[in-house]
Amino acid sequence: MDAQIFLLLGQDGLINGAIYALLALALVLIFAVTRVIFIPQGEFVAFGALTLASLQAGKVPGTVSLLIGAGIVVTLLEAAQAIRAGKLRKLPAVFLINLGIPLSLGGFVFAVPGDHLPLAAQVLLALLLVVPLGPMLYRMVYQPLASAPVLVLLIVSVAVHLALLGLGLLFFGAEGFRTEPFTDFSFELAGAPLQGQTILVVVVSAVLIGALYFFFERTIYGKALRATALNRTGARLMGIPPVLAGKLSFTLAAAIGAMSGILIAPITTLSYDSGFLIGLKGFVGAIIGGLASYPVAALGAVLVGLLESYSSFWASAYKESIVFTMIIPVLLWRSLTTRHMEEEE
Amino acid sequence: MKTVFPRLRRPLLALALAGLGATALADINVGVSVSATGPAASLGIPEKNTVALVSTTMAGQKVNYILLDDASDTTAAVKNAKKLISENKVDLIIGSTTSPNSLAMIDAVAEGETPLISMAASSRIVEPMDDKRKWVFKVAQNDAHMATAIVEHMTNNNVQTVAYIGFADAYGEGWWNEFSKIAEARKIKIVASERFTRSDTSVTGQILKIMATKPDAVLVGGAGTPAALPQKSLKEKGYKGLMYQTHGVANMDFMRVCGKDCEGTFLPAGPVLVADQLPAEHPLKKPAMDYTGRYEKLYGKGSATTFGAHVWDAAVLLESALPAALKKAQPGSREFRVALRESLENVRNQPASHGVFNMSANDHLGFDQRARVMVKIENGGWKLVK
Repeated sequence: MDAQIFLLLGQDGLINGAIYALLALALVLIFAVTRVIFIPQGEFVAFGALTLASLQAGKVPGTVSLLIGAGIVVTLLEAAQAIRAGKLRKLPAVFLINLGIPLSLGGFVFAVPGDHLPLAAQVLLALLLVVPLGPMLYRMVYQPLASAPVLVLLIVSVAVHLALLGLGLLFFGAEGFRTEPFTDFSFELAGAPLQGQTILVVVVSAVLIGALYFFFERTIYGKALRATALNRTGARLMGIPPVLAGKLSFTLAAAIGAMSGILIAPITTLSYDSGFLIGLKGFVGAIIGGLASYPVAALGAVLVGLLESYSSFWASAYKESIVFTMIIPVLLWRSLTTRHMEEEE
Repeated sequence: MKTVFPRLRRPLLALALAGLGATALADINVGVSVSATGPAASLGIPEKNTVALVSTTMAGQKVNYILLDDASDTTAAVKNAKKLISENKVDLIIGSTTSPNSLAMIDAVAEGETPLISMAASSRIVEPMDDKRKWVFKVAQNDAHMATAIVEHMTNNNVQTVAYIGFADAYGEGWWNEFSKIAEARKIKIVASERFTRSDTSVTGQILKIMATKPDAVLVGGAGTPAALPQKSLKEKGYKGLMYQTHGVANMDFMRVCGKDCEGTFLPAGPVLVADQLPAEHPLKKPAMDYTGRYEKLYGKGSATTFGAHVWDAAVLLESALPAALKKAQPGSREFRVALRESLENVRNQPASHGVFNMSANDHLGFDQRARVMVKIENGGWKLVK
C-alpha cells in the first residue's frame, strides 16, 4: 500500500462518511425530539434517488401515488379531528394543504414529462415529492403514539421500514438505477484523480451541516426543537406544540435523507432496498454520539466511512462485520462511562 | 341437516367426494413458487411473467398453474412447497428462483413425493444423487458449465493473471469455488480475490487492490445491476484489461446502469439471450426464438430475459414427460407423481430455450456444452462470440 492508495481510500471514506454523517444527524434529531429510532431513514435515501431517476427516465415516479395516498389519509385524520373539536373553519386549510398540494404536484408530474426539465428542476421536484412524506408519516403513524414507550416506537419503526420497502419494490421495481452526473468536471490532486461529483457530495454535506447548525442556533424554530429535545414537558409549558416539533423534525429528516440519496445517485447504483444499509451505517455513527450529541455523531459517521473504506481494501469479505462490530466496544465504553438513566414512562 | 334424511347422508357424501375426485382427475395441477419480491426479485419477476405464457393444454389435458411468491426467503419457499403439496395437491412444483430456496425445498418435496423442477444454478440441488434428490430436477446451467466457458475464453485470449471480485454471499462464493478450481487446472494465476455486497455504494478499496496486482483480466461474480459498480469503478481508475461478467447480469437493466463502461465485456449465457443471432441449424434456435417472441409480444421489445426462459424450459420438460406418465396413472394421485418422476428422468434429446435436455437417473439437469455461449457486449446489445 503506497501513499496514493492511502489517499484514495481516505477520499472514498470521506465521501461515504459525509453521507453517513448527514443521516446520523437526522437520526439524532428525530430521536432527541420524538424518542423515535427512525429505521426508515434509509428508505428516504432510496426514494429520493429513485424518484429522481424515474423523472430523468421520463416516467411518473411511484412516489406520486404514495404522496397522494398519504395525503388522503392525513386529510381524513385531520378533518375528523377538526370536526370532533368543532373547528369547522379549519377544514378548508386541511384540505388545501394535505390534499391540494399532493394533487397539484401529481398533476404537474403527469402534465410535464420529467426528462424535459432542467436538472435543477428535476432535483427540486424529486425533493418536493419525497420530503412531505416525512411529516405525513409522522401524522399517520407516530403522532397517535407520541407518548408510547421507546420500545413500542422502535417496533413501529421496523413496521414502517418494511412497509416502505415493499412499496419501494412496487413503485421502482427490483432493479437498480443511476442518475445522470451533476457535473463532468474532474482534476488530479496529488496524482490521484478526483471527480467533481465526489467533491460536490462533500461540499453539499458540509453546507447542509452548516445550515443545520445555523437553524438550531439562530432560528426560533430550531431553538424550539432543541427545547423540546431537552425537556418535552417544559417546552410544552412554554407554548411549543409537540406536534409541530415532531412534524418539523420529520420534515428535516426526510429532506436530509432524500438529499443524500440524490447526491450519491450519480456515483453508485441504488435500488429500492439499498437505503437500509446506508441508514444503518449512519445509525452506527449516531450510536457513537449516544443518540444525543450532533458533533460526535457526525464524527462517528465519518469514522464509519473511513473504517469501511480501509477495511474494504484489506479484508473486503469482512467489511460489514468490521463496521458493525465497532458498535460493541462503543456501547461498552458508553455504558461504563455514562450513568444509565431510566426512561420516563 | 342432523336428523333429516339420515339414511341419505352417506351416499350424498360419497357422491360429493366422487365429484371432487372427477374434477381433480381431469386436470394436471402445477405449483409454481418464485422469488417475485425480495433480493432475488429481478430474476423472479420475469419468471412470474413467463407463467402467463406457458401452454395450459398439454397432451390433451388441461394444466392449471398455481403461482406463489416466496419473497426470496427460504422459510417461505418451504412453506409454499408444503402448501402446494398438501392443500393444492399439485402433481409437480416448479421452483424456486435461487439456490438456497431450492435446496431448502428438497426435503419437503421428497417427503411429499412430488417432483420439483428448480430454476437455480447450484449443482448441489441435484448432486450428489440420493433418495431425496431423485425427486428434484433442474433447468438452469450449473455454475461449473458457465465457469468452464469463461476459462476457455481466457486461455484462448492469452490471459495469464486474473483478479476476481464477487458478491459476499452464496452467489459470489459459488462462482469463486468453481472458477478458482477450473482456472487453476488451466494454469491461469489468480492474483486477487475480493468481495463486495449488493448494497455497497463504493468498491474503491477492492478496486485499488486489484489494480495494484495488474491483472490481464478481471471477473466480476455478481448478478443484476449491483454487478455494474466494480466495472464502473475499474474504468474510472483507468483499468484497460479484459472484463468478464457472469450470466447473472444478462438483462437489460444491467446494460442500462452500466452503459458505455460495459462495452467489450464478455460473459457466458444461455443461448436464449442471443436467440436471433444463432445460426439457423442450431438446435436451440427455434425454441429460443419461440420463447423470446411470445414474451416480447406480451411485455414489450427487449424485455425477454434468460431467467424467465427457465420457467418456459420447465414447462417444455413437463410437456415432454407427460404422455408417458399419463399412460401409467391419472393426475392427482401418488402413482401419477411417481410415474411423472420416472418419465422426467427419461427425457432424451429435448431441445428447450437454454439447452438440450438429456436426463438420466444420475443426471437431473442433462445439459451439455450446447447450453451455453460466450456473449460480448457491443453497442449496448448482446453479441454472440463465434
